[in-house]
Amino acid sequence: MSDIAQTGFSFDATPTMHNDDPGKAISGFWLFMMSDLIIFSLFFATYATMLTPMSIAGGPGPKDILELRSAAFETGALLTSTFTFGLASLAIAHGRGRAQAMGWLLVTLALGLVFLGLEGREFARLLDIGAVPQRSGYLSALWGLVPLHGLHVTAGVIWLTILLVQMGTQGVTGRVRAGAARLALFWHFLDLIWIGIFSVVYLGGLA
Amino acid sequence: MTSQELWSLALGRLDVDALDFLKAFYAPSENDDILSGAAWVVILGAVTVVALLTIFRAWRPLFRDWLTSVDHKKIGVMYIVLAMVMLVRGVLEGVVMRAQQADGLTGGFLSANHFGQLFSTHGTIMVLFMAMPFLTGLINIVVPLQIGARDVSFPMLNSVSLGFTTAGAALIMISLVIGEFSTGGWTAYPPYTGRVFQPGVGPDYWLWAVILSGVGSTLTGINFVVTIYKERAPGMGFMQMPMFTWTALCTAIMMIFAMPAVTVSSAMLVLDRYLGFHFFTNDLGGNMMNYANIFWLFGHPEVYILVLPAFGVYSEVASTFSGKRLYGYGSLVAATMVIALLSFTVWLHHFFTMGQSADVNAAFGIATMLIGVPTGVKIYDWMATLFRGRIRFTVPVIYLLAFMMLFVLGGLTGILLANPAVDFQVHNTLFLVAHFHNMLIPGVLFGLFAGYTYWFPKIFGFRLNEVWGRIAAFNWIAGFMLAFFPLYVVGAMGMTRRTMAYAEPAFQIWFHIAGVGAALLTAGLASLCVQLWVSIRNREQTRDIGGDPWDGRTLEWATPSPVPEYNFAVIPRVHSREAFASAKAAGAGYPEPASYADIDLPGPTWTGLVMAIFGTTLGFGLIWYMWWLAALSFAVIAVTLIGRAIRGDRHPRVIPAAEVAAEHRAWLARIRALPAAPRTQERSPANRGMAAPEYRDLRP
Amino acid sequence: MPPPRPQPAMTAAIPLAMAIALMAGSAQAGIGFLSPEGPVAALQREQFWRIIVITMIVVVPVLLGVPLLAWRYRHGNARARYAPHWDLSRPLEWVMWLVPAGIVVVLGTFLWQDTHKLDPYRPIAGPTPPLQVQVVGLDWKWLFLYPEQGIATVGELAFPQDRAVSLELTTDTVMQSFMIPQLVGQIYAMPGMRTKLNFAADQTGDFAGFNTQYNGKGFHEQRFAARAMEPAAFDAWVAEVKDQGVPLDAATYARLAGQSTPAEVRKGFGTAGMPEDVTYFSGIAPGLFDGVLGRYMSGRALADAAQPGAPDYHPQTSGE
Repeated sequence: MSDIAQTGFSFDATPTMHNDDPGKAISGFWLFMMSDLIIFSLFFATYATMLTPMSIAGGPGPKDILELRSAAFETGALLTSTFTFGLASLAIAHGRGRAQAMGWLLVTLALGLVFLGLEGREFARLLDIGAVPQRSGYLSALWGLVPLHGLHVTAGVIWLTILLVQMGTQGVTGRVRAGAARLALFWHFLDLIWIGIFSVVYLGGLA
Repeated sequence: MTSQELWSLALGRLDVDALDFLKAFYAPSENDDILSGAAWVVILGAVTVVALLTIFRAWRPLFRDWLTSVDHKKIGVMYIVLAMVMLVRGVLEGVVMRAQQADGLTGGFLSANHFGQLFSTHGTIMVLFMAMPFLTGLINIVVPLQIGARDVSFPMLNSVSLGFTTAGAALIMISLVIGEFSTGGWTAYPPYTGRVFQPGVGPDYWLWAVILSGVGSTLTGINFVVTIYKERAPGMGFMQMPMFTWTALCTAIMMIFAMPAVTVSSAMLVLDRYLGFHFFTNDLGGNMMNYANIFWLFGHPEVYILVLPAFGVYSEVASTFSGKRLYGYGSLVAATMVIALLSFTVWLHHFFTMGQSADVNAAFGIATMLIGVPTGVKIYDWMATLFRGRIRFTVPVIYLLAFMMLFVLGGLTGILLANPAVDFQVHNTLFLVAHFHNMLIPGVLFGLFAGYTYWFPKIFGFRLNEVWGRIAAFNWIAGFMLAFFPLYVVGAMGMTRRTMAYAEPAFQIWFHIAGVGAALLTAGLASLCVQLWVSIRNREQTRDIGGDPWDGRTLEWATPSPVPEYNFAVIPRVHSREAFASAKAAGAGYPEPASYADIDLPGPTWTGLVMAIFGTTLGFGLIWYMWWLAALSFAVIAVTLIGRAIRGDRHPRVIPAAEVAAEHRAWLARIRALPAAPRTQERSPANRGMAAPEYRDLRP
Repeated sequence: MPPPRPQPAMTAAIPLAMAIALMAGSAQAGIGFLSPEGPVAALQREQFWRIIVITMIVVVPVLLGVPLLAWRYRHGNARARYAPHWDLSRPLEWVMWLVPAGIVVVLGTFLWQDTHKLDPYRPIAGPTPPLQVQVVGLDWKWLFLYPEQGIATVGELAFPQDRAVSLELTTDTVMQSFMIPQLVGQIYAMPGMRTKLNFAADQTGDFAGFNTQYNGKGFHEQRFAARAMEPAAFDAWVAEVKDQGVPLDAATYARLAGQSTPAEVRKGFGTAGMPEDVTYFSGIAPGLFDGVLGRYMSGRALADAAQPGAPDYHPQTSGE
């Protein structure tokens, strides 16, 4: 009951928050990724339930259509890109100049595009051998999960391009820095998801 | 290219047969007249609104002050306006269904297809486009005020959320005029909603409306979790937060985790319907049981998303109108969190009848009953709050008392349904329908009405009419009991839900009673409209000048009514829970700041409005296969969002300290001149928003 | 405005009395599981009332307490104590959490036992092995196949009263849910999947059965009569069905599977001797039930025209 003696509230606070506090945006972005993670988890779970003979429905199963080689290259490209993004983040954090940060981001962008290219080639191959989503529940789950990640990477690539343009025209401003921090989170998040896909779909499916 | 090909490129699968409202002219029938009539109501309603806006030259203010505003209070009001519009449609649809069933022994007057659309839109609207916007509106209005903040963390995102929700609601309204809605219920179980069994536009309307509003709700959840984490006034720890804010926090967290599930189940159904995938089809390995699991992984938490904020309202109402601290704050917080957590572990009880093992059913049944424990604790906590209080029977209290007594009965039938072997008998019957209406009408809707009545003066500066409020409350409470208790009976007798006609004469009398209840509910709806009208007309008599008409306990009542755009002239420092009540008890309810500072405010934005308009056209294009429209709308949405992200807020405003100081000092001066109203005069014109102390003499 | 004068006892009585009267009313109605005619439904009713009685421990205090508190502590009542700062009592907290928790423990124990006892897959023990019936859900009727007897019916599920019945269910359209309230609760029937339901009747009689899962415009007509008969009467019934039944070959089944109500089936397939809304079949195509199950598991795509229940269904396409 000690608070009764006090006045409840007063007007002597010094304001600590500003509308453009980047901490808020980072928190919000973490929450967005958590909800995105639920989306991926449900596609993963659906994929797991669709590995049964009933859902493969006489069509090709994972062993018939998946190839480790291409997926391994994709994994390599994405893992390297997450490393180069890390270097870019360090360059920004330590103020090593715009050129260095942009350089690493350009490498990241290139690796992202390589990943998308390899994935596109993989999709084309699947379509070519008749492993289309319309064939079975299993293939629907595969085509639901993997391209969803691809779409996310595409969004990341577009975002990265915009960030590079901003960096090129405005320099490493506070806004750009905050955007880069969020994109870095997103990029590493997509890397984690890909590791899930590589383990569950490719390694698990071919084991 | 032939003209027909051009036509279908431009209009997709839309043709003149899709225009329901013309059917009354070229193919009149009793049922089609009802459908056409409903479509004409929507069209005429829209035309009337446009005409009124034009006559009163209200377009500019509408855009400038409302549609482009990012003020959380205005966004909240717009959410509630949307909810009220949808409430009208939802209630009327319910009434038409009750009328049909009252006449169901002889077949009734509706066509089967129309009846199927009615229960589907009724459920979808009431859950996703009435209750959700209503509670989101209340949270929007109240939470920043309760935590002593200027606004939410992401004001522009808030307006985007509203835009997407509105787009979803707009699609549901359009489905009444152009084409038809799904007949698959609000859960839209495939394969019945799959392309094979419903190739038309119905399920597509459902899907895109749900996906759009789901995106809006996810963003709302993110916004409010960050707001409550980051924007609390200095000194306000988590255990100093008002109870409504706690429930809003739990609801927002649940939105973040539950809404993605319905996005996924809907996206998969979209892939099935549009691209021939086999997630849920009968053939080629589709598995509709996955849909049931994913949908209810959203659907069950959803009911707690709805009910928790209502519990928050009841907590505020119980404590304010008993003139007493909220009993068992810690327990209530714990119970809220336990409910939020458990709600993710019980989804399977929606399909005990799918043939899984008894072990699985029993485990989920027990988990379901466990939710009864924290819920029961809450009811007891509110009773203990009433205990040794001085209860004033205002309209929110009437809703509170009715809620507590009716909700335990719903809880009782919920415990029944949690038992798989009993559920086998009452699942899919009107017993189940009675149960969830028993939870959602007293539990959610009464809470929303209580909150609407309670916080109305804070936003508009005058109280709602008490007499019409009581008439409305009586109609809603009595109407609810008469309309839904009989459904328990016919449900236990084996009357299935979603059934337009029956052969069992014993059902009829109960449906007649329910029909009377439906009439009372309609009267309740009408009373609410009259109440609003009368309240606006007599607003001088209920003017809330001081800002504290109910002897409030939390920070929102320490502000002027209507609240200025910036909420607080100076951000308060909080020393205790129920900060305003403590301050008033110490005779320091209206401190004057030592100094004022400039206030930064975000500028208006068109972004939310663009989302609403192009979200609607995106959905419409996808539903009718007008691919150009869908692509164009998507591009506009993407470019707008990216553009906004790049450029940021280009019109931020600063309100100079001098202006803030002048306004605030003027308000303080007005307050000092106000006579303090004792609680006996709470509902009389003597109440000008300045509360006489109830218990200064009773300090421990 | 004068303060309202609620009569606390009466206010409390309204919802409770209404609820109990309503439930008692439905128990008297002679339909539904509160008037059971078989061991499964009887246990379900027993469980229903037991849960209500136990739960009253937490419900009644609220129904009585809320109006009493509201009345006692109304604003105008100067005699009532006012304790504006009282907001916690440890002993009360324990009661509030532990009483409902204790009730859940008790109810949970019952729940676990009853759920296993009433597992729909569990055959009902009896002197003679249960009668096997295969059920195919179609848009808007149930097709009952009697493999031992070589007959099938629409609109009527007859069985000898002295034997339990063991159903296997599937559907050849969207999901449906099968129930005969006075005998047994429901179970879903799903395409490509086999579910089971076991029940028995205590005495002879006709009991209403239906589908509870909405499946389109004829949904409300998807009813049948479950008829428990004297053993001799059942044998006579089987003979009559065999005698009168129309042959159910693949082509007939394909026509039957399309959207139609029991009355329409009777009109389209029945002969003069059959009861109203009931159609008899004999000469059942072998393996019909497994064929329906297998169609969706074949790994072959089914055109819309080959899926009964689809608006585009065409009997010629599905008759594989």
